[in-house]
Amino acid sequence: MAFAESPLAQPQAETPRLPLLVQLHDWVVTVDHKRLGIMYICTGLLFFAVAGLEASIMRWQLAFPNHDVVSPAVFNRLFTMHGTTMVFLVGMPLILGLANYLIPLMIGARDLAFPRLNAFGFWLSLFGGALLYFSYLGGEGLTGAGTAPDVGWFAYAPLTERAFSRGHSTDYWILSLLVGGIGSVATSINIVTTVVCMRCQGMTLARMPLFVWMLLVVAGMILLIMPPLTAAQIMLLLDRYLGARFFDTQAGGSALLWQHFFWIFGHPEVYVLMLPGFAAASEIIPVFSRKPMFGYAAMVGATLAIAFIGMGVWAHHMFTVGMSTMANTFFAASTMLIAVPTGIKIFNWLATMYGGKIRFATPMLFCTGFLFQFLCAGLTGIMLAAPPFDWQLSDSYFVVAHFHYVLIGGLLFTIFAAIYYWFPKATGKMLSETLGQWHFWLLVIGFNLTFGPQHIAGILGMPRRIYTYAPGRGWELWNLLSSVGVAFQALAVLCFVWNVIRALRQGPPAGDDPWDAWTLEWTTTSPPPEYNFETLPEVQSRRPLWDLKHPHDPDWHHE
Amino acid sequence: MDRPVHLTNIFDPVSTPAQAILELSWLVLWICAGIFVIVVVLLTYILIRFRRRRADTDEPPQVYGSNQIELAWTVIPLLTVVVLFLVTARTIRAVQNVVPSAEALHVTIVGHQWWWEIRYPTLGIVTANEVHVPVSDRARPQPTFLRLESVDVAHSFWVPRLAGKTDVIPNRDNYMWIEPFEVGLYLGQCAEYCGTQHANMLLRVMVHTRDDFERWVTAQQQPPVRDLSVQAGRDLFQATACVNCHTVRETVANGTFGPDLSHLMSRGTLGAGVVDNTPHNLQAWMQNPQHLKPGNLMPDMKLTPQELEHIVAYLATLK
Repeated sequence: MAFAESPLAQPQAETPRLPLLVQLHDWVVTVDHKRLGIMYICTGLLFFAVAGLEASIMRWQLAFPNHDVVSPAVFNRLFTMHGTTMVFLVGMPLILGLANYLIPLMIGARDLAFPRLNAFGFWLSLFGGALLYFSYLGGEGLTGAGTAPDVGWFAYAPLTERAFSRGHSTDYWILSLLVGGIGSVATSINIVTTVVCMRCQGMTLARMPLFVWMLLVVAGMILLIMPPLTAAQIMLLLDRYLGARFFDTQAGGSALLWQHFFWIFGHPEVYVLMLPGFAAASEIIPVFSRKPMFGYAAMVGATLAIAFIGMGVWAHHMFTVGMSTMANTFFAASTMLIAVPTGIKIFNWLATMYGGKIRFATPMLFCTGFLFQFLCAGLTGIMLAAPPFDWQLSDSYFVVAHFHYVLIGGLLFTIFAAIYYWFPKATGKMLSETLGQWHFWLLVIGFNLTFGPQHIAGILGMPRRIYTYAPGRGWELWNLLSSVGVAFQALAVLCFVWNVIRALRQGPPAGDDPWDAWTLEWTTTSPPPEYNFETLPEVQSRRPLWDLKHPHDPDWHHE
Repeated sequence: MDRPVHLTNIFDPVSTPAQAILELSWLVLWICAGIFVIVVVLLTYILIRFRRRRADTDEPPQVYGSNQIELAWTVIPLLTVVVLFLVTARTIRAVQNVVPSAEALHVTIVGHQWWWEIRYPTLGIVTANEVHVPVSDRARPQPTFLRLESVDVAHSFWVPRLAGKTDVIPNRDNYMWIEPFEVGLYLGQCAEYCGTQHANMLLRVMVHTRDDFERWVTAQQQPPVRDLSVQAGRDLFQATACVNCHTVRETVANGTFGPDLSHLMSRGTLGAGVVDNTPHNLQAWMQNPQHLKPGNLMPDMKLTPQELEHIVAYLATLK
């Protein structure tokens, strides 16, 4: 195999440090997928801190009944910005960043298919985010009403029409998502093209790492779901500035039309965010269980099934809008059906661990947390899929708890697992295991303390998006616990930040393959050179490094 | 009533649709609890049993999959989903496909930013934020059918102990029904984000015995109290812009933008639940409407203290 004799396996000679300005310039003009990937991930983590801060202020406001920390208007802006930021400026950059960094390395390519388009996509996403936050300064506009957007992250019509949302804050929301959406589409085209055209010798579709498979599906989904969102945003702009009446109910427009447009984007978007989490877990769990992924074909099939069925479930966000019995029944069926492929995945991960020799390094710890918490998220998802149950739970804190179990307990935990797993590859330094354990346990406690009690608040009738509540409704304790949990989560994030800073300055060298892993990215140096591989690798199975390390019993005998 | 009246627990239904929902919910919960226990036990067992022992560097046997096992955990969940779906479909029909009977009471709920207008079209009553309905019993069912409309943005009508929520959407009429079988006060509030004061759109549903309900209807149908001792306040009220937004029947006040005040003092709260409805709070509300409920749409009328006193005295007579 070509990569075995690669001279890149030797440590590179120390290069002289360039002046800071030159280094920064290099980052700005780069078209290297690894640098863009790192910048995506840093962007995501930066906005994660901002959105987390917004959430902390909200939790402080809700810690006690009739608490008066922020005004109602400010609170409404906080949850709008928190939701919009977390989905579009944290989730999307993090998953696109991982895709950017890892896909070429995993399929043995030198870069993505269109490096300049890749840079274009990143900068659009970044400036889209900057545009959203500029609304704090510019949103007031000439007619003067509020600063940042306050219409909620799904911006239901007609609250977004000019009659109810004056000033420019809603326009900033529309335009920033429009710009960021173009960036996501550009990057998705890039990912699909790269995976289809640039796999190395021997890497058939059936030998692709599951990570690449799932990200390929995600990129395909983004291409399908961004256009409806973009169309809806443009219709809303036409309503606001050119007198169209798509969503203007006072002139015969339809409020439900917006909801359909938004959720046909919005629900598949949940899978767009969640599948990369599954993707990371499907790489990490096998390596730390020392076994290949159980049921590779079933995992690919389940991913395709989730993507396919996931396109037909959007109206389960609308069980309470008064749809017909037929529509409610149909969307209940399609939504419940999603549980089957998702269940297959969970069982396949368990089967991978079964009979293995599980090593609880930090990446695996985070995957374990993910399995427990994502199970909870999936089960509350089944409850919400039954329309009558949803008529009670929809738009209550139960839903808030449910989707935070999906996106924090599920996605964020796997993102952290991925960062701990691939950080040594990207930087050449190991993160501290001790700090990693602190990070994990504080986050498990904080996360469950924050979002567990919210299930109960919802069952006790607490609606979401309220800036205050009166005492005596039975909600006080659950809200207080929820707010206390934030402190633990904040400490956990501080451990992570400190861990990264410390590792960058004095972390032990990682070597090429610190985890004794099996996929191609571990054959090159850490960090990889700009061209990734001196000679392009050639593979004969799904685990090329296993074959190399076990020449007597290579994988291709079994696949 | 032995239970506290204020709880809005969905597991404590007192009305037919909420009861039907709860029965389905228990089934879903038990199935989910079963799955939870199975997976957690399995996961915990695997994590403990198959953790790597120190100094064990051999690779475990490599297993790539098993069609039989994978088929099993595809088919079993699929069957569970089918059962769950069929039961769910039955409950959807049971709650949604109900046609009003002849004796049903009809109430129209109109969502406003940030209060509820309550209309009884067959009884000629208009009130705000409080829905009064008669109790139902098995011998003589007495359901109430609600027609939901909005004049501005989307809201959602949710009184957890009586029924699931239904959104209140402009330019679209939605319907739901309740059939409470216990007398009492049931709370709820707007469940769809509708702008600045979404948090303060309290719903109070009073379930009365049939006699009490008749008495309430008769009282509400009376013309507003005409108390000559507060004539000054009445004249002032009719001479200010109050009348553009509020209605007091048999006066020039016929606005419909704000709540109908004809029987203002028969209601329990002000500002859709922000404070109790007392003359003192009424005065505070009118003095600076933005203080108790910042962002609400009632303007400050800039009344002098004397004018304020007169008008409050007048409004306080509208029982």
